[in-house]
Amino acid sequence: MLGVVRRLRDGLAKTRDGFARRIQQAVGRYDRIDEDLLEEIESILLQTDVGVETTLRIIDGLRDRAVDRRTRNPDDLMDLLREEMADILGDAPAPASDQRPRVIMIVGVNGSGKTTTAGKMAARYAGEGKKVLIAAADTFRAAAIDQLEVWARRAEADFIRHQHGSDPSAVVYDAMQAATARDADVVIIDTAGRLHTRDNLMEELKKIKRTTGKQMDGAPHEVLLVLDGTTGQNALSQARVFSEALGGLTGIALTKLDGTARGGIVFAIGVHLGIPVRFIGVGEGIEDLQEFDAPAFVDALFN
Amino acid sequence: MFEELTGRMEGIVRNLRGQGKLTEKNIDESLRQVRRALLEADVNFKVARTFIDTVKVKALGQGVLRNLSPGQQMVGIVHQELISLMGEEAVEVAIAESPPTIVMLAGLQGSGKTTATGKLAHHFLGAGHRPILAAADVYRPAAVKQLQVLGEQLEVPVVALGDSRSPLAICKVAVDRAGREDRDVVILDTAGRLHVDEEMMEELRGIRGAVHPHEILLVVDGMTGQDAVNVAEAFDQDLDIDGCILTKMDGDARGGAALSIRQITRKPIKFVGVGEKLDALEVFHPERMASRILGMGDVVSLVERAQAAIDVEEARKLETKLRKQTFDLEDFRSQLQQLGKMGSMQELVEMMPGVNKKALKGMDMDERALVRMDAILSSMTRHERARPVVINGSRRRRIARGSGTSVQEVNQLLKQYNMMQKMMKQLNRPGALEQLGQKMLPFR
Ligand SMILES: Nc1nc2c(ncn2[C@@H]2O[C@H](COP(=O)(O)OP(=O)(O)OP(=O)(O)O)[C@@H](O)[C@H]2O)c(=O)[nH]1
Ligand SMILES: Nc1nc2c(ncn2[C@@H]2O[C@H](COP(=O)(O)OP(=O)(O)OP(=O)(O)O)[C@@H](O)[C@H]2O)c(=O)[nH]1
Ligand SMILES: [Mg+2]
Ligand SMILES: [Mg+2]
Repeated sequence: MLGVVRRLRDGLAKTRDGFARRIQQAVGRYDRIDEDLLEEIESILLQTDVGVETTLRIIDGLRDRAVDRRTRNPDDLMDLLREEMADILGDAPAPASDQRPRVIMIVGVNGSGKTTTAGKMAARYAGEGKKVLIAAADTFRAAAIDQLEVWARRAEADFIRHQHGSDPSAVVYDAMQAATARDADVVIIDTAGRLHTRDNLMEELKKIKRTTGKQMDGAPHEVLLVLDGTTGQNALSQARVFSEALGGLTGIALTKLDGTARGGIVFAIGVHLGIPVRFIGVGEGIEDLQEFDAPAFVDALFN
Repeated sequence: MFEELTGRMEGIVRNLRGQGKLTEKNIDESLRQVRRALLEADVNFKVARTFIDTVKVKALGQGVLRNLSPGQQMVGIVHQELISLMGEEAVEVAIAESPPTIVMLAGLQGSGKTTATGKLAHHFLGAGHRPILAAADVYRPAAVKQLQVLGEQLEVPVVALGDSRSPLAICKVAVDRAGREDRDVVILDTAGRLHVDEEMMEELRGIRGAVHPHEILLVVDGMTGQDAVNVAEAFDQDLDIDGCILTKMDGDARGGAALSIRQITRKPIKFVGVGEKLDALEVFHPERMASRILGMGDVVSLVERAQAAIDVEEARKLETKLRKQTFDLEDFRSQLQQLGKMGSMQELVEMMPGVNKKALKGMDMDERALVRMDAILSSMTRHERARPVVINGSRRRRIARGSGTSVQEVNQLLKQYNMMQKMMKQLNRPGALEQLGQKMLPFR
């Protein structure tokens, strides 16, 4: 048994080596693109949470591209792969709107990084000279309001809060009123973490969304799903259910990519649901939010 | 998924009947399906591979084909192997011989450490202990406050010295105070950190060296994907952990990370977090977890839940009726009402064996389904419920109107009842339980 464990450990140590290097190595071992080489790429993708089905799809796409370009040269493989995968993610400009304020709703499962992302986004908008207002619509989790308040202060944003345990829609109502009165440019709504399987909590979220819509036609302008980058296949389920409940998501913020997780599940989400990634979180600091760049993301996947 | 998996494997092995011999190649083919199921459940790629190798040896040794249902037997072997890997039995947190018992929690950001600290305190309180908590996350905004709130709810003291003192100092003070204030369990809530963050990992090693926790538990998000192995390996190497707490398992994650962590660290998973509330902590049951990873449904939990809700007398009557096949719509109705008592539809469905959750996703899963079915049944006359065959077209229209539903829905319900009756006849066949689970669901 010990032997098995050791073998496994050794194997895993290799996982952490650069994917690019592994592909390069794989490429080096083959003198043409063939099924064995594709299988190696398949195993690499599976280890970044891309998922079985989406991985097979990417491999098929890769094979087609190689045929189209009439290339069997392994050296071209990385480029083809980059194209194939970047295509799945596409590039996603934020939904256009010249309404003021721009209302952004942040949703997601527990602990994914919503509050932190809300804080970072507020700071980003404030840095552009915009007047930002943050609404504390997580009235459930212990000290969630206090946590967001710290972020509001850091971002120098206005902050609307009610008491712990109060109706989140009421907070949002007040925030919308205040935003108009104070002539805010952006309203960011931080909501409580909830598992997508909890129907009543999803209803609560729908109500929050309706509340913004009643205050202002066209709001919310963005509904951003915050996904923990270490999440596996369940993220697809999360994206699907949140999207269905809220009549679509405008984008994803993929967090915690400063660790060793690669967040490959966003490819499955791209293929199945077409929801674009807007931001990536790369740390706990206020600056650690980056605009998503598909080709760079794909490159990082293999580095 | 279990159904799917069994089905796929039956298909593969069926072709081999008559050939009388199970070749390595045939086993490989069915194991590919198992591998896929494992990967879809987030079991690490390499862990899945090692696991498949082990199962293959066992399957070859058992001569699968001679069995009547090779596909099922194959799943059985896989299931059994999963259980044995997962550790066979539940393992509790050990209480130190001389108090206080010191428990340290560690893990990635947002995995559920602070909540688990509260839950463990609740757990220990229930067992008659007197816990004290240390708020050793001085980094995340309002992390200390969060634990203080939980401490207030539980009426348990929380050591918080503000952001200016080091986590190590806070932990030491907590242990000292436990001695002075007759607190026999100390739980240390540490800040979330990445396993690759050397400085932060060093902080934990420092605390470990200074207060010598009896128990170091890694708190892992149950939805974690392939990366679980890297995290578990790093934390275990640095801290020599004693076990894990797997959180957020109240959703629909299959929890393959559990298997990965077990394989890598050989340390037990001790608790499972099943909600945000402080009582939502369960002792880990390897068997249930194995079923869940394979998508077999949590049969045991379901049965327990049913036992708690269904009155024994009622159940016995029902059983007799099932046997004699005199189960009518009246019984169907009382069964639905029992179902209502057992918990939310959502929870029940998740525990049902043979339920393909992916297929369920698009369906009307809301709790009102039950209510609507009850309305339909209530709109029938007693006679109609006792003799469903009399329910013709015009009666169906009347029932639909009376219950505020549609004829389609009435038809649907009758169809389900018919299917159920058919199932009853086959109850003695192997695998009938799983199928029954599927057919009984109102929205199928
Ligand atoms: N390393 C790292 N940590 C992050 C990142 N984003 C958030 N975090 C941390 O993850 C933890 C959870 O973040 P929160 O913002 O509280 O998550 P949340 O979704 O608001 O959580 P709930 O409201 O409890 O559901 C905190 O410790 C954050 O500091 C990131 O990009 N990288
Ligand atoms: N549904 C569900 N939510 C949970 C569970 N355990 C924790 N949570 C939620 O997950 C989120 C994060 O939990 P915390 O306890 O704050 O996590 P943490 O590891 O202390 O986070 P950091 O200190 O920021 O690293 C909160 O919203 C919790 O309510 C669980 O078992 N089920
Ligand atoms: Mg939050
Ligand atoms: Mg915490």
